[in-house]
Amino acid sequence: MTVEPGGATTTAPTEAPDGLIQLLTPEGERIDHPDYPIDLTADDIRAMYRDLVLVRRIDTEAISLQRQGELGIWASLLGQEAAQIGSGRALGPDDMAFPTYREHGVAWCRGIDPVKLLELYRGVSHGGWDPKDYKFHLYTIVIGAQTLHATGYAMGIQRDGAVGGNGASEAVIAYFGDGATSQGDVNEAFIWGSVFNAPIVYFCQNNQWAISEPLEKQSRIPLYQRARGFGFPGLRVDGNDVLACYAVTKKALQAAREGQGPTLIEALTYRMGAHTTTDDPTRYRLASELEVWKLKDPIERVRAYLVRTGQAGPEFLADVDAEAKKVGAELREACRTMPDPPPLAIFDHVYAEPTAILRTEREQFAAYLETFEGAGDGGERR
Amino acid sequence: MTMPTSLTLSKALNAGLRRAMENDPKVLIMGEDVGKLGGVFRVTDGLQKDFGEDRVIDTPLAESGIVGTAIGLALRGYRPVCEIQFDGFVYPAADQIISQLAKMRYRSRGNVSLPVTIRIPCGGGIGAVEHHSESPEAMFAHTAGLRVVACADPADAFTMIQQSISSDDPVIFFEPKRRYWDKGEVDVASDLADALPFDRAKIALEGTDVTLLCYGPMVRTCLESALAARGDGPGNGHSIEVVDARSLSPLDEDTICASVRRTGRCVIAHEAPVYGGLGAEIAARITERCFYELEAPVLRVGGFATPYPPSRLEDYYLPDLDRILDAVDRTFGY
Repeated sequence: MTVEPGGATTTAPTEAPDGLIQLLTPEGERIDHPDYPIDLTADDIRAMYRDLVLVRRIDTEAISLQRQGELGIWASLLGQEAAQIGSGRALGPDDMAFPTYREHGVAWCRGIDPVKLLELYRGVSHGGWDPKDYKFHLYTIVIGAQTLHATGYAMGIQRDGAVGGNGASEAVIAYFGDGATSQGDVNEAFIWGSVFNAPIVYFCQNNQWAISEPLEKQSRIPLYQRARGFGFPGLRVDGNDVLACYAVTKKALQAAREGQGPTLIEALTYRMGAHTTTDDPTRYRLASELEVWKLKDPIERVRAYLVRTGQAGPEFLADVDAEAKKVGAELREACRTMPDPPPLAIFDHVYAEPTAILRTEREQFAAYLETFEGAGDGGERR
Repeated sequence: MTMPTSLTLSKALNAGLRRAMENDPKVLIMGEDVGKLGGVFRVTDGLQKDFGEDRVIDTPLAESGIVGTAIGLALRGYRPVCEIQFDGFVYPAADQIISQLAKMRYRSRGNVSLPVTIRIPCGGGIGAVEHHSESPEAMFAHTAGLRVVACADPADAFTMIQQSISSDDPVIFFEPKRRYWDKGEVDVASDLADALPFDRAKIALEGTDVTLLCYGPMVRTCLESALAARGDGPGNGHSIEVVDARSLSPLDEDTICASVRRTGRCVIAHEAPVYGGLGAEIAARITERCFYELEAPVLRVGGFATPYPPSRLEDYYLPDLDRILDAVDRTFGY
């Protein structure tokens, strides 16, 4: 673990800085790091490649679905695939993840059907899955709020006596972005995690932009150096390097499970697309910046590595592309045929049991709906 | 077998918390100074000594952190009871309460329950500095997904805190801070199953001429007003029925409206500003349901449309016996 001395006042450089943990260069060359030996087989790396390609395809498909009016909005992960697949694959089955609204790649690693992700963005639900089934909490939209939930959950693991010892299999990972580091909740989460020594990894995807605001509007020092002030290790990893993200996250999770407390990981990456489909980055950033980051693409470097080392041939690559096409087509179809919830679902699950006021409002609204032609399917009033 | 004991409201809460912690090892207490100090009002006195630092947690000084981590603990299967030290300090936690705690069940379509109780000492009357005398209940009652309750006497404090903790819904639990030292009979051995459900109002004092609806710290003031009105001073000769709403969300409209139908008149008293206060919502509901039984419009008495004033002025700001009986008199003027 490295905590670098604070004091630097420069903004985060876009070139690989000193201290950046990297195991696979943008050109696809494997480099070793003494602290992060990796135990991945060729099959594992091919599986990572497959994940990277598939989640990018899901993302591309979702953007198209928004353009076609099938989704209200979409938050693209383009450019952040490696940070998400690397960290997501580092999670053990008992680890618990707390996402923002952009962790589609982590959701994929947790086994969540991408169709469920679309529910929120299509407007048919606020959250399409049971967190307990996937050890993946619901998407959280208020920036940084989930970092406190994650920290409390980690304190619960402690209170269950499940930290340290041979059977320790549980830690928590909290996802957030560079903009979130300005939020009070994130700073409070760091404090709680630190003073209670909670088994948690704070995983910051620094994609350099909080909608239109560049990192220098959030911080005068590199974000990973913030950890020092809170009293736990902070490190910076190449967020476009899936191997490094995997290795660093895995080690930090293990440290947390063993009782060594939190780690802040800053995954240095870049938001290649718009903040969401409603955003227009041409208003606030230069195309040349994008061109620089295109050369650091998280998928291309894995493909180059696999091909150069003979671990993947044209047949494998074509199979993955064909599978991506199929996943995309299935997602498109599932989205277009996704039904709206019935109108009276508005009243469900406000409390454990409906209150008198909810029962009354529901009955009155149901009776009102009945006065329309074709009543019952709720479709006639639209 | 009943064993009534005389306890202050603060001690009754302490006994209720203790009982909840004994009955369920998942119950935790967390907040600022709740451990060794026992809370600034001593409500959690002695609990850390008996249940340990893992269950009675002295937290860092940040309210959003308290509620946010309580949510995480609840996701893990715990039943946290958060203490917010004073009413005016709950606002830093507003996002976690309103946007997270209240909405998680709805967001998850019923998959996630968050049984978190948030205790808030509320109201004025103790000569405190700014931010220590507020009544923010309407804000929380306006937030779907929260239960909002207010205890007014030691017996209710003892049962309602336990009922709140055992509820699978998040509960905002208001404690009338100027009544912490009021004593009352509490049956600490009573079976919780026999207690009035915590979402029900109760008739605190029977009467026939006018319903005086209140909750929390105003209940004692209203009871004193009702007793005074039996003489020949202000409100002279009127038989006032005092209804303690107890639950502010959901509201026990049936009990409230049954009283108003009997008396034909209603005055609502709370410390919070009248404008946009809970009294407005309750008055509207009474009017809708009891229109033909009402002899007069529902009147409201409460704080002015100002911030809470410096404490040397709070006796003017807070509804007292005279202002309440003045409203009672006015309701007979129609």
